[in-house]
Amino acid sequence: MTERVGVYVCHCGSNIAGTVDVVDVANWAAEKLGRQGVIIAREYKFMCSSLGQELIEKDIKELGLTRVVVAACSPHLHEKTFRTAAKNAGLNPYLVELASIREQVSWVHSDKAVATAKAKAVVSGAVSRVIENRPLEEIKVPINPNTLVVGGGIAGIQSALEIANAGFHVYLVEREPSIGGHMAQFDKTFPTLDCSACILTPRMVEAGTHPNITLLTWSEVTNVAGYVGNFHVTIKKKARFINEELCTGCGICQEKCPKKVIDDVYEAGLGYRKAVYTPFAQAVPNFPVMDKENCTYFIKGTCKACEKFCPTGAIDFNQQDEMLHIDVGNIVLATGYDLFDARRVSNYGYGRLPNVFTSLEFERLSNAAGPTAGNIVLRDGKTVPKNVGIIHCVGSRDKNFNNYCSVICCMQGLKFAHLVHERTGATVYNFYIDMRTAYKAYDEFYQRVLEEGTLFVRGKVAEVTDAARNEREKGRLIIQVEDTLAGKQRRIPVDMVILSSGLQPRADAKEVGKLFGISCSMDGWFTEKHPKLDPVATMTEGIYIVGCAQGPKDIPSSVAQGAAASARVLDKILQKEVALEPIKASVDSALCSGCRICNGLCPFNAITFIEDDKVTEINPALCQGCGTCVAACPAGAISGTGFSNEQIIAQIDGLMMKNLEPVEA
Amino acid sequence: MKPKFAMYWAASCGGCEIAVLNTHEKILDVDANFDVVFWPVAMDAKYHDVEAMEDGSILLTLFNGGIRNDENEHIAKLLRQKSKILVAFGSCACEGCIPGLANLSPVGDIVHTAFNTLTTDNPNEIYPRTSYDVPEGELHIPTLSRMVRPLEQVVDVDYFMPGCPPESHQIAAVIDLVIKVVKGEAELPPKGSVIGAGDSTVCDECPRARNVKFIKEFKRIQDVAPVDPALCLLEQGIPCNGPATRSGCNARCPQAGAQCIGCYGPAEGVMDYGARLITAFSSVIDANTPEEIDHILDGIPDPTGQVYRFNLAGSLLKANKEAWKVER
Amino acid sequence: MTDQFEPTIIGFTCNWCSYRASDLAGTARMKYAPNVRLIRLMCSGRLDPTFVLRALSDGADGVMITGCHPGECHYIEQNYKALRRYLLLKRVLAGMGIEPERVKLVWASAAEGAKFAAETTAFVEEVRKLGPLSWGKDESQDKHSSFIIQPSSEKEVPA
Repeated sequence: MTERVGVYVCHCGSNIAGTVDVVDVANWAAEKLGRQGVIIAREYKFMCSSLGQELIEKDIKELGLTRVVVAACSPHLHEKTFRTAAKNAGLNPYLVELASIREQVSWVHSDKAVATAKAKAVVSGAVSRVIENRPLEEIKVPINPNTLVVGGGIAGIQSALEIANAGFHVYLVEREPSIGGHMAQFDKTFPTLDCSACILTPRMVEAGTHPNITLLTWSEVTNVAGYVGNFHVTIKKKARFINEELCTGCGICQEKCPKKVIDDVYEAGLGYRKAVYTPFAQAVPNFPVMDKENCTYFIKGTCKACEKFCPTGAIDFNQQDEMLHIDVGNIVLATGYDLFDARRVSNYGYGRLPNVFTSLEFERLSNAAGPTAGNIVLRDGKTVPKNVGIIHCVGSRDKNFNNYCSVICCMQGLKFAHLVHERTGATVYNFYIDMRTAYKAYDEFYQRVLEEGTLFVRGKVAEVTDAARNEREKGRLIIQVEDTLAGKQRRIPVDMVILSSGLQPRADAKEVGKLFGISCSMDGWFTEKHPKLDPVATMTEGIYIVGCAQGPKDIPSSVAQGAAASARVLDKILQKEVALEPIKASVDSALCSGCRICNGLCPFNAITFIEDDKVTEINPALCQGCGTCVAACPAGAISGTGFSNEQIIAQIDGLMMKNLEPVEA
Repeated sequence: MKPKFAMYWAASCGGCEIAVLNTHEKILDVDANFDVVFWPVAMDAKYHDVEAMEDGSILLTLFNGGIRNDENEHIAKLLRQKSKILVAFGSCACEGCIPGLANLSPVGDIVHTAFNTLTTDNPNEIYPRTSYDVPEGELHIPTLSRMVRPLEQVVDVDYFMPGCPPESHQIAAVIDLVIKVVKGEAELPPKGSVIGAGDSTVCDECPRARNVKFIKEFKRIQDVAPVDPALCLLEQGIPCNGPATRSGCNARCPQAGAQCIGCYGPAEGVMDYGARLITAFSSVIDANTPEEIDHILDGIPDPTGQVYRFNLAGSLLKANKEAWKVER
Repeated sequence: MTDQFEPTIIGFTCNWCSYRASDLAGTARMKYAPNVRLIRLMCSGRLDPTFVLRALSDGADGVMITGCHPGECHYIEQNYKALRRYLLLKRVLAGMGIEPERVKLVWASAAEGAKFAAETTAFVEEVRKLGPLSWGKDESQDKHSSFIIQPSSEKEVPA
């Protein structure tokens, strides 16, 4: 049967028409692609407008079009629009093809003749391809109403609470002993200076006691199978050596434990915890964990002080890691960030010069519940600094480390300046490249710190050193910096340096991404589906990213994202089923030789070998439509819908103009 | 009157004719049911006898060999004109086969290699000419064409029967079928079909055990010792063309302990045989860095010959870039 | 414009990274050489060598294949499979007398519009230097006439 093709060339105002002679393209298509079945070619100002769509719908109905090509913008923008229009007119939506003559032609080329010629080729390719398109039906799958949230920082907690409050079950998985994340380590939050714990702990408790939330701390996701609506997740619940049924969280075990361990995680190395511990007093859950590496019993075989004193007999030295298998419909990743390791900027001396502190160390130092009870003192634990330098952009906006801006460090530096000033009365210097205080009430906070008398030096610090050049510098830390506003080099002696370190992706972000089937950007942050319009979804349906896992951000933004992802999840849950793109591979068992070459190619386990029949099969529900097996099958037995060999070959021929009306002699 | 039968040998080795004779008694059925009018290997007949025949008067012509020179081309066109059913018989006619590998070189180089290289004693550099005057008049020998072409690239072909040569049991089956058709007991397959072969690939008929394959090294079969007689050869690192080669031979080579070299051509519906082998071999490579992958690929010393041994002339590219160039 | 050779190149992009990179190049109005005509595949792993062979036999002067960076494939690891195929395909093409530089594999993430534009322009220049490939341009002649091959016939010694 000869197809009846309609070609619709969009002006996109002047976006396309400014560089491509759209009238010429339409006329050319009508004239030269007739042999391909083009019976009508039109151009219109805005094809995506309702009038443009009506034009297409009308032609489908009145001219009996069986295929439609819209030469306009990228299919990523309006493919859905035109497919829906076709559907409304009774044409299978997959019989519509978009030819991108905006992103790929008019916007990237300047010469009108050249751009018009290329636009013709692109249209020709799309026409040839669309003839080979076949009607497809979306595949509907049910959505499991349970949700997995990975990461119990403020973003993950917010996300879990939103979903749980809507009445659906959430598994909240956290690999540390307690939820709370980085926010639990902070003293104050900018710009309002509310006590971090005061605003966070109620949320933590709510999450910990919510009837719709299963809290799995000290646990990690080890495997994810399935697809949107139907994920099968394996979670390793690490042995706590505490029977959670019996433990009341009284804390006696921690009191009695004789083994002190430097707390590198929560106290940033400034304080101690016991071998059996909860990371902080308000931990949720309040069951402790036993640190097997440091526990005297596990090392030497004797002690058991905790067991002796536990009033409920909750200590269980024989507890084993447990593998849990859960089914969920959607997954929210809130895996957070790692702090940039300030040791890498060796010229700032962190790790070498004792009184250089990282931002996290300072958070603990200034925290009333921290190792110094909130006293801001030098590494010796007693001396109050008289001069403090705060260096911004440590590891950020630096080609040697990370190119990106870590967003929070300016405000963090200002907060530190305020706290130092308030608690010690010291003279505070802030060294910054640019002061970035966007968002509500941030710049006002900057003004306040300025008024408090904090000194600001614009310039990237070259070095922090203890090599004194004169008496004034002796025994102090000297900050060498070019003051770019005054246009001169300065050496500023201080007692304490605080590095406002940037944020960076989790060290294992790539592996985690792989586990959940999502990708990372060049910097290592998880990649969102669209940087502006779809910042919490990912390319993998049913997987969402929130908080700093997606990129550096402050607390309000993390909370907003957590809530936003929940809205998306709830939307999916309430729809009860989801339509999957019908782009799938399938095996023609008559042609399959059972050579098993494709068997090792599918990362989604969609390919199985049927030993009895000696043929391979593809599970359409697991198939993600990448087409690797289609391209690989040596017998040509695997075909793929939506991107079939016939479609691609036809498009190549079309792009090469092999499909034109024969030239008249 | 019996229907007429013809068979012709163009650019090929003659193995196809032997394979027909290898059908043993079945050949008598041909004689019993057909009037053999033209078969240069088996009987005396002149081109002008064929030229004198009425168009379409030969019911069945089995044409083996590719088109290498103008004589091949002339006879191909002639037999097309005179035959109702023209079968591209054997790998040469279907896809160029071994003679098609000549398409890797410009035809001038081939002539040069044949007439004036170390192994040829030709001190005066005498080359053949296509026409020559003798007292009796002008003599002609066939002129080589730029490249070897499968029959289909020269004339319209009704059926394709692959194999180098086609397996005798498959030939016998085809003969039986045609006789039945003549008697009105069966129908011909659709025009353009591949006959005398399966639709899948050699693995389908191969009795060797197969697993998911990951290969760290490709090796020539003579370098593998011992070759596991029961295990897939590709799995042992031997580049076996079986996964991409049309079934129908009963996996003759792998059964005999040798790797398939691909004489039955691509499976049903495949556009380019070499492309299928490229994906087959690369899909089993167990390496991710370009260096390591390249190192593994070094185990296939002649990749072009490996994936196009029988199919070069019938492939999408047909010939080496140099061979495409018009000769001086 | 001078009458310099303008190559025709077919480009294959993966839906998730490089096609989006090309979209981004468009959104950012980055100008690049207009010689590449793109075909969107779901993944570089979908690239059947047949597509490259077909493009070349159709007369393309070069083929550009783009995919996500290694380790960043939307389909986890399928771009490695594309890489393996590409490396063997290049070897086969070399045997066909095709300069390996005519077929290029480029990794570009969705964020690398600038890289996509720069790589495209660089590749066009590379192919321009190689000159036309114009595969099988003389095929029609071959169909109708044979070629007389008499190398060095002037040296022939008469009998």
